[in-house]
Amino acid sequence: MKCLLILFFFVALPVEASLNIFACTPEWGSLAKELGGDKASVYIATTALQDPHRIEARPSLIARARGADLMVCTGAELEIGWVPLLQSQSGNAKIQAGRPGYFEAATAVTLIDKPERIDRSMGDVHAAGNPHIHLDPRNIAAVAAALGSRMASLDPGEAAYYRERQKAFLERWAQASARWEKQAAPLKGMPLVVYHKDLSYLIGWLGMSEVGALEPKPGLPPSTAHLGELLARLKQKPAKAVVRSAYADPRPAEWLAERAGIPAVVVAFTVSGTEQAKDLFGLYDDTIARLLRAAN
Amino acid sequence: MVRISCVVALALAALPALAQSKFNPDISVILQGTAASSSQDPDKYRITGFAPSGGEVAPAPRGFSLGESELIIGANVDAYFRGQLTAALTPENEVELEEAFFQTLGLGDGFSVKGGRFLSGIGYLNEIHQHAWDFQDAPLVYKAFLGGKFNDDGVQVRWVAPTELFVELGAEAGRGRGFPGSDVSKNGAAAGSVFGHVGGDLGPSTAWRAGLSYLQVEAKDRSFDEVDSLGTAVTQAFSGKSRLWIADIVLKWAPDGNATSTSFKLQGEYFRRREDGELSLDTLSGAYSSNQSGWYLQGVYQFMPRWRAGYRYDRLDHGTVSNGIVDSGAASAADFPLLMTDYNPTRQTVMVDFSPSEFSRFRLQLASDKSQQGVTDNQVLLQYILSLGAHGAHKF
Repeated sequence: MKCLLILFFFVALPVEASLNIFACTPEWGSLAKELGGDKASVYIATTALQDPHRIEARPSLIARARGADLMVCTGAELEIGWVPLLQSQSGNAKIQAGRPGYFEAATAVTLIDKPERIDRSMGDVHAAGNPHIHLDPRNIAAVAAALGSRMASLDPGEAAYYRERQKAFLERWAQASARWEKQAAPLKGMPLVVYHKDLSYLIGWLGMSEVGALEPKPGLPPSTAHLGELLARLKQKPAKAVVRSAYADPRPAEWLAERAGIPAVVVAFTVSGTEQAKDLFGLYDDTIARLLRAAN
Repeated sequence: MVRISCVVALALAALPALAQSKFNPDISVILQGTAASSSQDPDKYRITGFAPSGGEVAPAPRGFSLGESELIIGANVDAYFRGQLTAALTPENEVELEEAFFQTLGLGDGFSVKGGRFLSGIGYLNEIHQHAWDFQDAPLVYKAFLGGKFNDDGVQVRWVAPTELFVELGAEAGRGRGFPGSDVSKNGAAAGSVFGHVGGDLGPSTAWRAGLSYLQVEAKDRSFDEVDSLGTAVTQAFSGKSRLWIADIVLKWAPDGNATSTSFKLQGEYFRRREDGELSLDTLSGAYSSNQSGWYLQGVYQFMPRWRAGYRYDRLDHGTVSNGIVDSGAASAADFPLLMTDYNPTRQTVMVDFSPSEFSRFRLQLASDKSQQGVTDNQVLLQYILSLGAHGAHKF
């Protein structure tokens, strides 16, 4: 009898009508909404104005992680300071690392900037490679394929629904990607100064070039000495713009842009980072539009 | 047959393929040290009105000194458990096992179980490792009521409620090895605690957590050395029950929830303890009961990237003490200079710290410590805290 009860309990859980999704960052929340439609209820743990490296495992996140059927995160150590705490403190069996309820987007794509050797003197580098993967639309497509399948397997009753939405999304996404590549053609070869190495995939996809970073080393705040050095370098080899993500401190970017006589550009970085970046499509539309404005 | 199929079904349901890519445990080391100066001798530190705990509660030693170096080793044991060991290597070349516990991985339904030696879930600061504190030393309430921290040998069960508001309940049973216990030899548990936490967000910028805890510990011959009214060395010992209530609150603010440049943290705890039992003074003994309390409130403000400043106010209330030996006239209150007092200890502390990176921190701390009646200990210290190895995740 007891055995039956326990069995019933394990079998009964997956047949819930809707999938409760905990998304670590806005881009994966947005993707989960695209794929889940009204069968998924999506909670987004962070905003575009927060640095995804520096989130605390605060009580509200533990409470939300407690009820999640699926946790969708970036992985590659991006959320290493807080997601493990949510897993251990929420008492939720489903979202533990290695279980189907914990999805890491980075496992679906090939990471760039994988360091050959790793040492903290290099700054806050990630052993697995650069985790900011979502600004290359090919990565979004790869993650959508993997995430859609995961959702279908976790909620088998609605598998057909998720597959349908996944197919429709990938079609729309392929069309949009082709359009963005055409629109962004003038950006090819454009030299940029970035704040953190969080735009590397975007730069690689559009064939732009990164000529410097405001952070002296990943994770360290810009120092005046480093900015001065960067400015001297820009005098020799000018850049077209200083680009920073919405969550980054505006002051160092503005300082350098003003002295180098080039525009300081803010990009959303992720969904909701700017007013126009309402979803993943809006994020790409807006980012390319902002860069094009700086290029002219 | 039924049983076998049940086991198989359970195993299939609970254990999807787990590919463990790394077998080496995460290892991290915390290096700490201080250079301190104080107007009173830290070796003679006592808190008037409160029995010495035997814990490491004295201010930092004068001059240069190494703090406790911590070695933290942790890993998943298998698909069901995680294990962690925290060893504090003291500057006196001793090893102190602060934590050595296992914890269930996803028991489900909000439950988790811990067993071994671990930092108790009571209060707010108790569960936070010393290297992550905002001041170099513990608040006076922790020094007076818990001997710095409470890390017992035992078991803990926690449950998180399935609500949007964070609600967590926990209970612990243990051997009561540390103050206010005295490591009595008995079957079953000599210490037990229950605690509850609630928390949530107030908009995107502010997060909070509040808690209420209760700890009950049995003590037997919890003794300390004292000097009576004639200047003779005597031993006083307490046997009985110690009950402690703690109310705590913490509030963290950062613009848009982005703590990179500026943030503020407000934290306070109120302790109230009742002890009932027997007190002995060498061969004399009598009924003893006390009702004492204390609190602290601190604020830490990060005013620019890497830089923080903080202020803390501590206060203890000697409360009411009834001492059978004094009441019967066998000895006078002057024979209990530490326990029988009308003095309320206070302390004020300020600090500024600079963190070159997430893994290094340097701190300047000043304190005016009136823990002991009649003396003010002015303390100045410089401290470094460096962490190397695995990336630690800090609790809220």
